[in-house]
Amino acid sequence: MFQKFLSDFHQNIIEESRWEYFTRGILITLEVAFFAVILGVLLGCIVSIIRSSYDLNINRHKMSVINVIMWPLNFICKVYITIIRGTPAIVQLMIIYYVIFSGVDINKVFVAILAFGINSGAYVSEIMRSGIMAVDKGQFEASRSLGMNYVQTMIYIILPQAVKNVLPALGNEFITLLKETSISGAIALNELTRGASIIGSQTYNYLFSLLFVAIIYLALVMILQYFISKLERRLRVGDR
Amino acid sequence: MTDKSLLIKTVDLCKQFGDIEVLKGINAEIYTGDVVVVIGPSGSGKSTFLRTLNLLETPTSGEIYFEDVDITGDVNINYHRQKMGMVFQQFNLFPHMTVLKNMTLAPMKLLGLSKKDAEETAISLLNKVGLEDKANAYPNQLSGGQKQRVAIVRALAMSPDVMLFDEPTSALDPEMVGEVLEVMRDLAKTGMTMVIVTHEMGFAKEVASKVVFIDEGIIMEEASPKEFFENPKSPRLKEFLSKVL
Repeated sequence: MFQKFLSDFHQNIIEESRWEYFTRGILITLEVAFFAVILGVLLGCIVSIIRSSYDLNINRHKMSVINVIMWPLNFICKVYITIIRGTPAIVQLMIIYYVIFSGVDINKVFVAILAFGINSGAYVSEIMRSGIMAVDKGQFEASRSLGMNYVQTMIYIILPQAVKNVLPALGNEFITLLKETSISGAIALNELTRGASIIGSQTYNYLFSLLFVAIIYLALVMILQYFISKLERRLRVGDR
Repeated sequence: MTDKSLLIKTVDLCKQFGDIEVLKGINAEIYTGDVVVVIGPSGSGKSTFLRTLNLLETPTSGEIYFEDVDITGDVNINYHRQKMGMVFQQFNLFPHMTVLKNMTLAPMKLLGLSKKDAEETAISLLNKVGLEDKANAYPNQLSGGQKQRVAIVRALAMSPDVMLFDEPTSALDPEMVGEVLEVMRDLAKTGMTMVIVTHEMGFAKEVASKVVFIDEGIIMEEASPKEFFENPKSPRLKEFLSKVL
């Protein structure tokens, strides 16, 4: 039994330097996930601010300047969220790679970052919007009454509190995104999962390589979880 | 209280929420150094009146002159709001910042004060209200009365020309009302112009230079506190006073 385990390990990991599929895969997976999270958070913040500003400030009885500028922006954001949430991530990824960048020599890592960032942004924006809407209206009024403008109020007063409100949900989204990168095999990007399936196809022993890759994902998620809960504790300082 | 110049003037101020007319033409004049106490039954529009003065509520029609500028016109309201401190019923301190940060954020971002100067001002204001030891506390660690005192000095840190109080003691436990009124009394003595919406009749009698009675969206009566409480003219005010005194 133990002998079998050792020989499987040797065959799947050591032989022909197969472990390099994992080490290279981890780096690519982390690279894609990291930059996609940044892109997703940026997009999500912008979209959520537009959406909640529209919901909070709109004066439905008047054709004011705000309405004229904000209505189309809000509409675009809603279309973006609907399309991205309404279609599978793997389809979006393939459309970006095989349709939008077809015939162009383009870095697959970049394509994956773009696809997952745009995908995540839609979810992050709705998470952030729920956080913004949950901040007490009085916070907004107090900030404005001191003379701070809308943008300053958002940056210094509303967003920090909104992020604190939604950090558990954001953590969820980051974890999902990290694992979602495993579909990048669809554009032949050699990330972690594809590495495992290549090994399996070479050794005809999928059990070992897939088990191994599952453990690696679990470890990565646990590390991510650790940092998220640390951040959560830090943001809770004002709660006594 | 040397020169009594006109600080705030409202002309035919109206405010509707949907079909409900809350303010139906308010004409008020507030001079520098005035302590104007606004009283009235609930739903009378007194809080709405106060909140329109710094445009937290946009009036439906009418004009508001603040330091001779019509702030309902095409102006940078953020600039004018810097000179109008406001204190809320629910305190509205920023819970993610220490007391000191609450008080220094706006002066640093808006008045261009250095961190050192802003903190010096904040500490000396905290000294005045007996909360210097709370500078590094978070709002949730304070009692209601302490929160409201911090909210008052946070507004004062911007060196405003007028202070607006929207029922500052209504959310407080009874034993904490006194400490907040004490701070407001001291502030009035320094000659600060104040507009106060409150239900504290004793405080109005003692501190106000003018008492205004708002009911059904208009100013029904305004007078000196002595005249107002001892010799009310309109039947609505007589009825109101008989209920609350």
